Amino acid sequence: MHEDRDWPLYEVFIRARGGLDHKHVGSLHAADERMAIEHARDLYTRRQEGVSIWVVPSKAITASDPGEAESLFEPARDKIYRHPTFYDIPDEVKTL
Amino acid sequence: MSAVTADAHALFRYVLRLGDLSLVLGQRLGEWVGHAPALEEDLGLANIALDLIGQARLLLSYAGEIEGRGRSEDDIAYLREQGEFLNAVLAEQPNGDFGQTIVRQVLIDAFQLELYERMSASTDERLAAIAAKSVKETRYHLRYSGGWLVRLGDGTESSRALVQSALERLWPYTVELFAEDDLDRAMAERGAAPRLADVHAAWTIRLDEILAQATLTRPVDRPQSRHGKRGQHSEHLGYILAEMQHLQRTYPGARW
Repeated sequence: MHEDRDWPLYEVFIRARGGLDHKHVGSLHAADERMAIEHARDLYTRRQEGVSIWVVPSKAITASDPGEAESLFEPARDKIYRHPTFYDIPDEVKTL
Repeated sequence: MSAVTADAHALFRYVLRLGDLSLVLGQRLGEWVGHAPALEEDLGLANIALDLIGQARLLLSYAGEIEGRGRSEDDIAYLREQGEFLNAVLAEQPNGDFGQTIVRQVLIDAFQLELYERMSASTDERLAAIAAKSVKETRYHLRYSGGWLVRLGDGTESSRALVQSALERLWPYTVELFAEDDLDRAMAERGAAPRLADVHAAWTIRLDEILAQATLTRPVDRPQSRHGKRGQHSEHLGYILAEMQHLQRTYPGARW
């Protein structure tokens, strides 16, 4: 569709219900923020998926470079001591 | 006819007017599915169409109960003839280009919004409940259609010319929405429906606001003689019904 040339891309975040975080659900094209909210409402909340919508211009997002994944993420792999798994959890603690 | 059955018959016809307006407009909007200018608009228009068909279902079911002859919403939607449909003819006007669809939508959305807002206080409990539910949907419909009219009107030379000419073409059909006849008057007198003069006044204010934002010019009212509300339709309704009713007429009683 030729509109894709003209309408910028927006990323859509939906809060499923009060108290939860906004979660990224997808993206869409729209001419501006107002239209992006309306499109997000029509595309991503039509089955009662949410109570709040955020839209962010996709170009406002800076992403990590997949080519740098090794140097960014591999160093964490062998540092298991960073996981809090070396504690004995008392039985009374239910919600850890 | 006794007074009671005459009253019921009047209410039946009035509820059909409301239900048919939503049904026919919903069917029209459905024609955009797969053809809208962008995927996002495809879904936007389909959502509105489904809201309208949902309203039609509630209203036509109620009409069937008032009539008391055991007709279901489906019987009423799929097995009536053109002359039995009581929607204003504006709803059946062709989609035309996207701009013309938007103009038609703004005109009817604003009408339904002002009507339903007032009808939420109807003395008829069912109509009050249906109006209260529908008004929330309709508020969004007008946000969508009004937003688009402003974009197109206050857009490029060519988008402005297209919506202005659609406005000129469709405006004469709005007169019928507010032309109060005996049935409208009877419903207003018993408190079941608002006075159309009040709806018209509020509609005009709302329309003027949107048109001003859209830098469009309101056409002048001209006398007209459209009577879709009495079952006299333009040539377009027959084609809509042929498509909408084809399946039930070919396979009577067919179900999902």
